[in-house]
Amino acid sequence: MKLAAVLATLAPLAVCLAGVAMAAPPEQCEVPQSLIGADAALSHVLRSFKTAHRVSISVIGSGSSGLSGPDGTRSAYPARLEDVLKQSLAGADIKVTAHVQSKETTAAMVLALDKILADDKPVLVIWQAGTVDALDGVEPDEFRDSLDAGVDKIQAAGADVILMNMQYSPRTESMFNVSAYADVMRAVAEQHGALLFDRLAVMHYWNDAGAFDLYAATKKYDMARRVHNCIGWALASQIISAARLDATRIQTTE
Amino acid sequence: MAAVLPASTERDLRLDLFRGVALWLIFLDHIPQNIVNWFTIRNYGFSDATEIFIFISGYTAAFVYGRAMRERGIIIASARVLRRAWQIYVAHIFLFTIFMAEIAYVAATFDNPLYAEEMNILNFLKQPDVTIFQALLLKFKPVNMDVLPLYIVLLLFFPPMLWLLLRQPALALAGSALVYVLAWNFDLNLPAYPNGVWFFNPFAWQLLFVFGAWCALGGAKRLSGVLRSPVVLGIAIAYLLFAFAITLTWYVEPLARFVPGWLSAWMYPIDKTNLDVLRFAHFLALAAVTVRFVPRDWPALRSPYLLPAIRCGQHSLEIFCLGVFLAFAGQFIISEWSGGPLIQIIISLVGILIMVATANLISWYKHMEGRGPTTRAKPPDADLAGGDA
Repeated sequence: MKLAAVLATLAPLAVCLAGVAMAAPPEQCEVPQSLIGADAALSHVLRSFKTAHRVSISVIGSGSSGLSGPDGTRSAYPARLEDVLKQSLAGADIKVTAHVQSKETTAAMVLALDKILADDKPVLVIWQAGTVDALDGVEPDEFRDSLDAGVDKIQAAGADVILMNMQYSPRTESMFNVSAYADVMRAVAEQHGALLFDRLAVMHYWNDAGAFDLYAATKKYDMARRVHNCIGWALASQIISAARLDATRIQTTE
Repeated sequence: MAAVLPASTERDLRLDLFRGVALWLIFLDHIPQNIVNWFTIRNYGFSDATEIFIFISGYTAAFVYGRAMRERGIIIASARVLRRAWQIYVAHIFLFTIFMAEIAYVAATFDNPLYAEEMNILNFLKQPDVTIFQALLLKFKPVNMDVLPLYIVLLLFFPPMLWLLLRQPALALAGSALVYVLAWNFDLNLPAYPNGVWFFNPFAWQLLFVFGAWCALGGAKRLSGVLRSPVVLGIAIAYLLFAFAITLTWYVEPLARFVPGWLSAWMYPIDKTNLDVLRFAHFLALAAVTVRFVPRDWPALRSPYLLPAIRCGQHSLEIFCLGVFLAFAGQFIISEWSGGPLIQIIISLVGILIMVATANLISWYKHMEGRGPTTRAKPPDADLAGGDA
């Protein structure tokens, strides 16, 4: 216990000495560590990084994993995640492939999984789900079955899983209920030893902390881009700490 | 078989009190961004105000219509139950109209590329014919508008159930439990629009309603021996503490690791739609402890401090609808002016004050028309003796 505490205090220092694993995110993106838990290990990511110095990630999601407008794809969180990982893990071969299909339910995503896994051969799948199911009123039980089946598939293919839940959307909160779906995602992640990226809680925190005014009405893209940028940062930091990539880095450079 | 008389013909003010409190809690819970929500019971255990509301509604419905059925026959009593169902239907459609106005406003004024996907929820505005028709069929139900349709269905099936309860209460309760089990085994539920099923599955939730009715028609008296046992009290308190500990892990993430894997695998999900048995048990435990410490003749029930809640409980349909509306309005204010904690507290308090004031106003109206709870000349009125909502 005590040793762990000492190591935890020394770790940032060691990271600095080793050439900084993670650049500092924009101030706006700051999130308490407790919201982006690293309670499940990303062992496939770690192994691939250690042995081949490469990390290949597939992002599967619906509309909220992308952005429309000029430079939409480059500003959306999958591309931002790739950039941040490249910066933080300089020299490693990082590839993030996004499979974004708006209005796609989780059941439909499961059908597309085989091809994605075969094509990308990812070591990590970030699976954003729930919004479309909540909008369409898919039964939470069915939603759960789809997620179960999908996570099983991904894990059997030898990849780690991060489930990402819905956006925090205060304006539509009274119109459709996402909490039942968020609960399912938390339970499924826990049961399969997968990670949850709690986008709902993270964006909620940003809104409450004043980093973003998510109530604001605007036709412009800048806020949406900044939010996606921050999601990319938060995801990168979750991946780095859950896969212990920073620790590996220290070992390899020593 | 002789009809079982209710335990007492006197109005049990505890029912009004707890239903009134449940109405306040439902109002608070329906404002998503509200720090006052931390005080509502759903954060401290598995069940929430919905269980209290449905149980008490079953209890009072049996109390009022059971007497009507004994005194005036099955036709008159059934007619009164169905009239009540109709009133609730009209109230539901009224709330739906308000909801549509809010949605239409948001659709017209809110735009943000970040939420392109979420805004698809407004698509139904493009097909008002289908939407409104589905709402009239009780298939399209916006968020937070699920309780009244449940109630309507429960009342529609109540006359035969009440008839059976008056003759063979044990059989009626067993039948209700059987329907509950069948609903779980065969995934029975009513269809919703555009997809899915009812948020409150009537085949599951009827158990609580019928159980309430059974208690009102003598079941509570039969249970009183059991409820007095210290063993039962001990089990109830232990279960409430267990539920509290589990709920704590939902909010304090690091604690979740102390819940063993087999327990969460067995326990989750705790399904609200189908009235999970853990929720039902939690309500029973809560009720057992409450009945033990709040006796029927508790002097505080006559105190002016509890009167506001009691009044709200006595006019539960009106106050429920008002609560849903006030929750819409409160949320609207919070989103238009980005309300901080202070605004949320003010909105919560003002909302409850409006509910209390309205309940008093309704009491005054009924008193003026000579239908007050103090007038004993007439048979108890469904609207007043708590047969409502």
